[in-house]
Amino acid sequence: MNWSNLFVLTVSAAIGPEAVRYILGAQGLNIHYGYTGLFNFGQAGFMAVGAYGVAIVSASEQAGGLGYSVWLGVLAGLVAAVLLALLMGVPTLRLRGDYLAIVTIAASEIIRLVIRSERFDWLTGGNSGINGFANSFFDANPFDNSHRYEFGPFEYLGKDLWVMLIGWLVIAFFGLLTFLLMRSPWGRVLRSIRENEDAVRSLGKNVQAYKMQALVLGGVMGAVGGAIYALYQNLALPDDFVTRTTFIAYAALILGGAARVGGPIIGGVIWYGIFAFMTNLVTEVSGTYWFKSASWLPSIVKDNAGQFPFVFLGVALMLLVVFRPQGIFGDRREVELDAR
Amino acid sequence: MGLTRRLVTVCTLLIVGLGCWSGLASAQGGEAIAGTFLNREDGNKPVAGVKVDVVDSSGKKVGTAVSDDSGKYSLDLPGPGTYTAKLQVGSLPKGVRLTDTKKTQLTVEVSEGRRRAIIFPFGKGIAGPAGALDRLPGTLLDGVRLGLIIAMTAIGLSLIYGTTQFTNFAHGEMVTFGALVTWFLNHDGGLPVLWSALIAVALSAVAGLVLDAGLWGPLRKRKTSPFSLMVVSFGLSITLIAVYQLFFGTRNRPFTEYAIQKPLFSLGSQNVPPRAIVTIVLSVVVLGAVGLFLQRARFGKAMRAVADNGPLAASSGINTARVVRLVWMMGSALAGLGGVLYSLDQGVNFLEGQSLLLLMFAGITLGGLGTSFGAAAGCFILGVAIQLSTLVNFSETFRVPPSLKNVGALVVLIVVLMVRPQGVFGRRERVG
Repeated sequence: MNWSNLFVLTVSAAIGPEAVRYILGAQGLNIHYGYTGLFNFGQAGFMAVGAYGVAIVSASEQAGGLGYSVWLGVLAGLVAAVLLALLMGVPTLRLRGDYLAIVTIAASEIIRLVIRSERFDWLTGGNSGINGFANSFFDANPFDNSHRYEFGPFEYLGKDLWVMLIGWLVIAFFGLLTFLLMRSPWGRVLRSIRENEDAVRSLGKNVQAYKMQALVLGGVMGAVGGAIYALYQNLALPDDFVTRTTFIAYAALILGGAARVGGPIIGGVIWYGIFAFMTNLVTEVSGTYWFKSASWLPSIVKDNAGQFPFVFLGVALMLLVVFRPQGIFGDRREVELDAR
Repeated sequence: MGLTRRLVTVCTLLIVGLGCWSGLASAQGGEAIAGTFLNREDGNKPVAGVKVDVVDSSGKKVGTAVSDDSGKYSLDLPGPGTYTAKLQVGSLPKGVRLTDTKKTQLTVEVSEGRRRAIIFPFGKGIAGPAGALDRLPGTLLDGVRLGLIIAMTAIGLSLIYGTTQFTNFAHGEMVTFGALVTWFLNHDGGLPVLWSALIAVALSAVAGLVLDAGLWGPLRKRKTSPFSLMVVSFGLSITLIAVYQLFFGTRNRPFTEYAIQKPLFSLGSQNVPPRAIVTIVLSVVVLGAVGLFLQRARFGKAMRAVADNGPLAASSGINTARVVRLVWMMGSALAGLGGVLYSLDQGVNFLEGQSLLLLMFAGITLGGLGTSFGAAAGCFILGVAIQLSTLVNFSETFRVPPSLKNVGALVVLIVVLMVRPQGVFGRRERVG
């Protein structure tokens, strides 16, 4: 087993384009859950809307798209995320917290079913998704798209660097935005809604409107994550937005610490790093002669060895939430919310 | 920590348990192609003496199967692979003709240890897809079956919510658990489906007990916040799905029995196999028994009391912890049974519970979160409704293909929450 190679792969994945999407998703969840106390379990749905917004609007007309520019496509994804937030928020935000959880998890799964359905093949490409819409995005790249840039042991393609540059700039922007918003009177209202909704209402604040604004803002952050990921892959695939995607974003947020600006960022880097490490480890191990010739392992386990990281990460999330719900940086009193 | 130890024990048990079953998989073999020839034109009478040649992917002939008096044929294959079945048109009895005369051969992929059904339909074909009116009775029956199954699986979810105020996102995995255990016992263990199902339902109850005693009970004692509980159940669901996929794979696989059945009768354009009727009758009996239990039995009354007002029930001398434990066992057993019944028709899939969970949530919301009868009724109505929605076929732009029928559930969910958030049978105060 090549440990130094494994280390390099892990570190470059932890700050790479895929980690960026989970960090953006987690930043959105931080607004929802961390600051406002909303239980959004459907962040994958917001990400999907962002990804398919840019894919449908900027794919060429031959490919079934509308043929507009990429930037307009990203904008369309954001508008769609706002609409989705309104659709889910209007019926649920006045009810107990777990209703929002149920509606969001159902909505994100339904969105995935709709975009992968053969019925909407003409629009979303069904199972195989939409590809080849990000060319103008990579044309704007100041780096050489196909050149390998070396930083010590780390190597990045020019196109990856471009996605990472944009991605981390957006993360920094959303981080700053969150920091400023949460210091503002608006952010104080959000945090007081999390602590005691009735008290806020009795002070004459329109709680539902504030919750809706928070839902929209966090959803848009997730949608940007989805859009950047779709641009990076030059492909929007329905099964990139399964419930697990929400789970990884939540795990990142909780690990870093909810209701902290840096929580989702640090948590995302560490959690995705662990995830990438385990995935690479499984790939390494399952390539060894020892693994291939292990007769005590049923062949189906060998075929599905890629699931091992999820077994451990699911257990890790459970233990994390039970024993250290505040994560690395959080405050326990801020994150132990009841379902309101 | 006692909790950590118990958590580890639960996980080990689950993994070891599943490992044992798949360990049985070493005794493989038994690949076959089989089927039944029925003449649609002649009241589904079996067609005997039809010859089918089977060739493998390299074009080498494996053998020829001949259908017997009941129209059945089967041919054992040398191993997994791609096979083509060719119908010897000359061997057809007089007056019997293929529905699609051009379709005299079919290619299928046969995986390890599996019997694949190849059926050549006989008799005059129906021109194009059947009309909505023709499909109505059959679809209604399917809807009744689906609705009953969702209702059965949702009772546990609803009772658990009612007694502990906990939304369990891992409940769908109990459904899959029942189906998977049955599949492994039946397919790898060689037990009949009936016995496998009984054992699987018992094991589901045990799994519910273990989960409550080892995980949820201690978490309740720690006064873990409801949000944390939801995330824990989320994590549990992710873990279980990954474990299921590790040992079962992603393919949809049927039980060895009842997958191919001679239709009992036809409803409109649809044939009704006996398993559909058995499923419906069994579901009605089980749901009736659960209803009687909740209404009449001491423990059932205690369950409703705890669901209604936990502290009051506790102060009137009801042992709340024991009631909750029983709720977990009963709910998990019902979920497991629901999974078996669902898979009888649809085959076993490692994600089936997750897709049913969405329907359960929608049905429970429709009926009223926290009520047991309301939830069951809501789920039944929802199942029938989404199955009937597949009949909508007015034009190319306005139709609901089967892959989209679950979307109707979300529409129901959102409309109910907007119009009457407490559900049809719920009470206002629960909404909070």
